[in-house]
Formats: sequence, structure tokens, C-alpha cells
Amino acid sequence: MDEMHKPSRRAFLRGGAAIAAGTVAGGASAQSADPLITDVQEWASITGVGVDETPYGMPIEFESHVVRRNVEWLTASPISSINFTPIHALEGTITPQGCAFERHHSGAIEMRKEDYRLMINGLVDKSLVFTYADLERLPRENHVYFCECAANTGMEWAGAQLNGVQFTHGMIHNMEYTGVPLRALLNEAGLSAAGDLKDKWVYVEGADASSNGRSIPMEKALDDVLVAFKANGEALRMEHGYPVRLVVPGWEGNMWVKWLRRVEVSDSPTESREETSKYTDVLEDGTARKWTWVMDAKSVITSPSPQMPITHGKGPLVISGLAWSGHGQITRVDVSKDGGITWETARLGKQGDTKALTRFYHDVDWDGAPMLLQARAMDETGYVQPTKEQLRDTRGENSVYHNNCIQTWYVNAEGIAENVEVS
Amino acid sequence: MSKSPNILLPALGVTGIVLGGAYGLMTRGYKADEAELARAQAQAAQAQLVEQQAMASDLKTQIALVQDTAKAKIAELEARPVVSASLTAPAPERDGAFGLGREALPEEIAAWDVDVLPDGRGLPVGTGNAYDGEELFADKCAACHGDFAEGVDNWPVLAGGFDTLGDEDPVKTVGSYWPHLSTVYDYVYRSMPFGEAGTLSPDETYAIVAYILYSNDLIDDEFELTNENLGAFEMPNKDGFVIDDRPETEYAAWSTEPCMSNCKEEVTVTMRSVFLVNTPEDGGSESVMNNATVDGLPSFSASGAAFIPEPEAKPEPEVQVAAVEAPVDESAALIKAGEKVFKKCKACHEVGAGAKNKSGPQLNALMGRTIGGIDGFKYSNAFNAAAEEGRVWDEASLSEFLAKPKAYMKGTKMSFSGLKKEKDLEAITAYLASFAE
Repeated sequence: MDEMHKPSRRAFLRGGAAIAAGTVAGGASAQSADPLITDVQEWASITGVGVDETPYGMPIEFESHVVRRNVEWLTASPISSINFTPIHALEGTITPQGCAFERHHSGAIEMRKEDYRLMINGLVDKSLVFTYADLERLPRENHVYFCECAANTGMEWAGAQLNGVQFTHGMIHNMEYTGVPLRALLNEAGLSAAGDLKDKWVYVEGADASSNGRSIPMEKALDDVLVAFKANGEALRMEHGYPVRLVVPGWEGNMWVKWLRRVEVSDSPTESREETSKYTDVLEDGTARKWTWVMDAKSVITSPSPQMPITHGKGPLVISGLAWSGHGQITRVDVSKDGGITWETARLGKQGDTKALTRFYHDVDWDGAPMLLQARAMDETGYVQPTKEQLRDTRGENSVYHNNCIQTWYVNAEGIAENVEVS
Repeated sequence: MSKSPNILLPALGVTGIVLGGAYGLMTRGYKADEAELARAQAQAAQAQLVEQQAMASDLKTQIALVQDTAKAKIAELEARPVVSASLTAPAPERDGAFGLGREALPEEIAAWDVDVLPDGRGLPVGTGNAYDGEELFADKCAACHGDFAEGVDNWPVLAGGFDTLGDEDPVKTVGSYWPHLSTVYDYVYRSMPFGEAGTLSPDETYAIVAYILYSNDLIDDEFELTNENLGAFEMPNKDGFVIDDRPETEYAAWSTEPCMSNCKEEVTVTMRSVFLVNTPEDGGSESVMNNATVDGLPSFSASGAAFIPEPEAKPEPEVQVAAVEAPVDESAALIKAGEKVFKKCKACHEVGAGAKNKSGPQLNALMGRTIGGIDGFKYSNAFNAAAEEGRVWDEASLSEFLAKPKAYMKGTKMSFSGLKKEKDLEAITAYLASFAE
């Protein structure tokens, strides 16, 4: 190939320098012609990849850093562990399945649809067994919901710990689920035997070796709980419970039992390991809250953030973030650039979704001075996302779970962001 | 859908575009506004057409067409249901059932319905004591939880921690934290041992639960734990829990109109991130202590940062050397790939300089080593038997073991399901073989 036509590193750097110089001047102006425009580039000359090269497409190699990541020292083994969604690098609201966080108690299992069985038993008129094919014959619904691990931001109780929004807030994903309302399955089994439904429960359990099980009050079970078999239009991924998982909108992720195999109607909660020794919140005096199912309103700025520094200097800056509430819709998000002294109301990317991620934007002209960036969400109940101080005053520092504090990023004059706490 | 306006466009020019605008509204959500707008725009279209009438009388028929189209559009918009946030209308229900699913057989229910309630309902008949439990625990549990239930590495501590729940670092164990003994039975019977769930008999489970109580000093070693007395056993922290009280303690107080300006006089940074987190190209993350202090950071007031600090000293950026085509060394590449596969093993095994036994034995000089041959490591009976037979690890046996550990070594305590990919097996074998010393 002709030397002139090679997209060389030197040429690329020259192009980049010209852009940077233009930014400082306040408006872009090229000092020399951009070879990316004036030279015929390889991609504009030779042909590209044919169809069917990758029957199921993966992101282009330049995006290979946008992946789930774990923090190895957090858990004893990757088989009973968690990793984090790269929310710093995602936009909009839907989380692609391939980079949506994973949390397993005994590893992700491979189960064929043909081997799937779902049992409904306990205080029902007739105990039933459903196959996957049976589930496909019941009327189904589509809903977008967030799934947040109760331990999301849990490391930050004792102070600013992990430098990256992926690690402080990445135990969350947001997908469009297709499934059958749990109430439809309970209706098939018949609930007359349960009598008054007010004080009844369902115990839901997974088919993996951990057989993770949780008790859900009947009122919720009959409300919006879904038995889901698709996410974002395609089959669930193995790591998210293929072929069938439970979706418990607005409630902590541990209750979204994967590989759902059994739903038992009972007159009391089971008080299983995951609802007594785990997923209970120790308060300052040593007592603990239990049944803290709902994920309260929360928001975080995803860019700029430690993994997303400002690289373009002063001038127009898009502040982008996510907000969500287990109580319903996000109605407002405020953004502060000075650590909470002054707040401005952000623009919501899309309104009306309930118990789903809402994208917000705050479009500003950055003057190049340091900032203390914060976001504060409000939901339809009027609840305002609390500060770390408010949470600690009420709960102490040992709750592990349900940390929905206002997060602060210190952005220095070079545009580099860091996880900090403020007075 | 858009057939009629397209036909009208060339003939009506501007008018057609106006109507096209009305059409575009179809995609919006607010039907009442849309209908109103469409009405107004239809009127505008009509007015224009009236002006043109003198010049072209044959437009009259086309006006009628426009009006009809607009009317049809308005009717269509008004007939549309109000669009809510949900993606689908609620699934229809039937008074009776759909009749799907089949009745569960009693033996099927018995196989899966084994959860135990706090009052002991659901317990199978059985009995066990700490004396028997000690041996079972050593064999099946101690690799992770320690001989005295004190926990190995990052695995859960099961004993002790009494009176620490209000401390800075509470130790939440079965003894200090768990409110119901039923939960211990339920969890051990269904979900433990890790990697061998569902293999314990009821008697074994009662014995292990008794041993856990014993290591918490809650019973003596002769106490017989049975399905009769387990439900009534009172745990020390049984009254340590309150039902979610956030609605009373938090929601009301935190639901007031928030402050928007001059909310504080001054804000300072009180703490910087303890760890910086590197994100290497091949995945995962590396936490590095952050040595930066809050000294030298500006305070903030309503007019912003008090000053702009000098850039912090940064380590010299690594010089990017143009990638040189590395000489092709297949074995080196294989070993490197094996290092990555070894991540799956690292929680329990160490290899390399200074490697020690963890919950699994250290793996230096594995090739040629007697299977189950590390002195002082507590192997399963299967490994002890292999050692007596004098079997040694080689690439073939290791590869076969790692493909299906539980099939190759029935009764192994290693809680790993196996490597499915041939290339992973090759790589891990090459990697481990590279640690000859």
C-alpha cells in the first residue's frame, strides 16, 4: 500500500493535536488539513467484512473494555460472587445482557429448556408442575424493570472506597422482560385453599445448588411479579437464570430468583438463610432490620466519573447519569457542581417508566474549575435521595445493604474525577 | 398508512406538507392535543384551498379529499386508547384456569419441598449430636469453614462473635446473629456442602447443625438434636430483628421539598477514595491503595471552588513502544492462557513462589507428585486412597480430573464442576506444569 494512504499513528496524533488546540481557543479551527479526511483511508478503499462473519455479533474490538468486572478480594470464590455492570460506558437505559452484572451463590448453571420444571405447591387447591412449553401458552406481558443488588454501593458505608462508578454502583441492570404474571400461575393452582390471602406468603426457590430461596408476601406476588423467560427480546442469559427467572419489580435483586423451580404458598415466611443471616441490615445498636425489600430512590452521575474523565477541556459538557426508585417513577433529578450548595434540575431522558432506570442529563458549559458533582433523585412518593450523613445518622455504618446515598465525584481542573466524601 | 397524503402532495404543494405534519403527529402520545392540532391544521389547509379556488376550481374535489382525510385522521386519533408507560396491556385473566400444567405427584413434592419453617415444620425425622458432627464437619465443611467453624480465608465464620453486633466490625455468625435454628438445618441440608449440595442425610445434617451449635458453646457434645426439639431451640439473637421500619423512621423525614440554593456555607472534601481501581485489558480489576490526601484540595462555596490547585504529580506516563511482533512461542502462549484459566482455581489453590495450602493444597511441582501427597493437608478419602495406591499426577490424569473432578475422583471435596473446553484443559495443564519447583 502507498505510504501516503496508510492511516499512520503520526497522522492520527496530528489530527488529535489540531482538535485539542482548537478547543483551547474556544472554537475548533484546523491548522492543517486532517489526513483522516484528505487521505483515502483503508476502510474507504478496500472492502469490509461480509455478512454472516459473526452469526451472533459481539461489540467491535475498540469497545472491548466495556465489560463486567469483579473485585476479586471482595469474595472468597468467583463461584459465590458478584461482578459489576460497566454503567460508566453505557447510555440510554437498557442494559445489554452481555454486560449486565452477575451474582451467583453456587455458580451459573446450564439448564436446557426441555429439562425445566416449575412446581407450584403448598396452600393451593392443586399442586402443579409446569414445563417451559406450558409457560409459553399463558398470556404474557413486557415490562422494563431495574434489578439492583441490595449490596450495591455497600462498600461505601464506611467511606469512599472504590474509585469507579462501575464498582460503586454497578450491581444494577435494566432490561425489558417478557414473562407471565406470577398471579396467573397461582390462579392455575387455585388459591381457595389459602383462605384469607392477607397474611399469606409465597416462598420462591431456584434450581441451582444454592437453591436460593426467598419469602415474598402474597400481596406483592399477586401484584407485579413476573415469571420471565426473555430479556431485551432474546432468551435470558445463563448467568441471569436461563431459561426462567423471577422478576420482582423494585425489590432487591436477591429475590429475583434465577432458574426458578418452585413457588410454595405458605402461612408464614420461611426465614431462609438469605433473609436472615444475609440481606438484613445491622443498625448502629446491633439490632437489624429484616424484610427491607424495596430499593429506595437513588441516582448517580455516570459521566464524568472516575472511569470517564473529561478529556475535552472547558466548554460544552454533557453530565449524564441514572436514577431509579423501587417505589415507582422518578419525577425529578437535581445536579450540584459544588458539593450540594447549589442545585439545578436536570433533564430527564425519558419519563413515565416505573421501577425502571431513568436517564438524566445536565448540559453545562464547564469553566475548567474543579467541581464536586452530585445527583439527587426524587420519586413519585416525594421521597428525596438522602446524603451519606442522613443514612449514617439513622443506620450507622454496618448495614452493608441498601446504601442509596448521594454520591460525590471530585473533578479536578484536568477533568479527572475521583470518588470522595464531603462535609 | 401514508398512502393518501403522498398522492395529494404533488397536487397541493404547501397544503400537502401541512397535512403531512398532521400525519406526523400520529407518532406522539397525547391524543387529545393531537386531535385539536389536526383539526386546526385541517382548517388551515382548508383556508388555503379556499384562496386557491378562484385560480383552480377543480381543486374543490381535492379540498373535499383533504377534509375527508383530515376527518378520518381525527377520528383515528380519538379512537386510539391512551398510551400508558407499560409496554403491553395487562395479560387477560380467566375466571377459571387455563388448565395448563399437570398435577404434581406426592413423591415429586416430597423431593423438592424440603424447606424448614422457624417452628420446625418441614423437618424430616432424624437425630444427631456434636460428637458425630465433629467428624462430619471436619470432612465436609472444615476446608472452608475451619475445624472450629472459625472460617478459612474469606469463607464465612460460623462460630463466636457474641456481643459484637453493635461494634465497628460486627462478627455475624450462626451463634451471634442467626435468629432461627431452622435456617441452619434448612441451609445445610439443601445448599451445603458447597459443590456437593443435597448429599447429606437428615441424620448427618442434624449432627453437623449440632456441631455448629457446640462450637458456639450453645450445647454440650451429648445434646441430641432431633426433629422434635429443633423448632423450639432458642437462638441468642432471636429478638435482634425489627421488621423494615423505613416508612416510619426515614420516608416521612426525607420527603420534604429539597433545598436548591445556598444549602450550605462551605463544602470541603473529607475523604478520598481508599482504592484506585485499575481495569486491565484482559478483564477483572486491580485495586491499588490511593495515597493522595485531602490536603491541597479547594473548599467550595456558592461561587465555586476557592482556588484551582496545581496539577498533582503524576507518575511518568509509560512510553508507548510500537508493538513488535513477538516471536511465535506456542508453549509460552499456552502457559499465559493457563494463567488466565487458573483464575477459576485461585480462591482455593496457590501456585508459584511461596505457595501455601489454602482450602485446597498448594500446586507447585504437581506433575509427578503423588496424588493426595501433600503432608498435613486434609484430603478426602478418595485422595487418601489414591495416595495409598501410589498414583501420581501427570498431564493425562490431571486433564481428566479437571474435566470432571467429581467423576474422576468420586468424593473429592473440591467444589469445582470442571473445565469444559479442551483448550482450557491444555492451557491449565501447561501452566501448572511450568511450576516444576
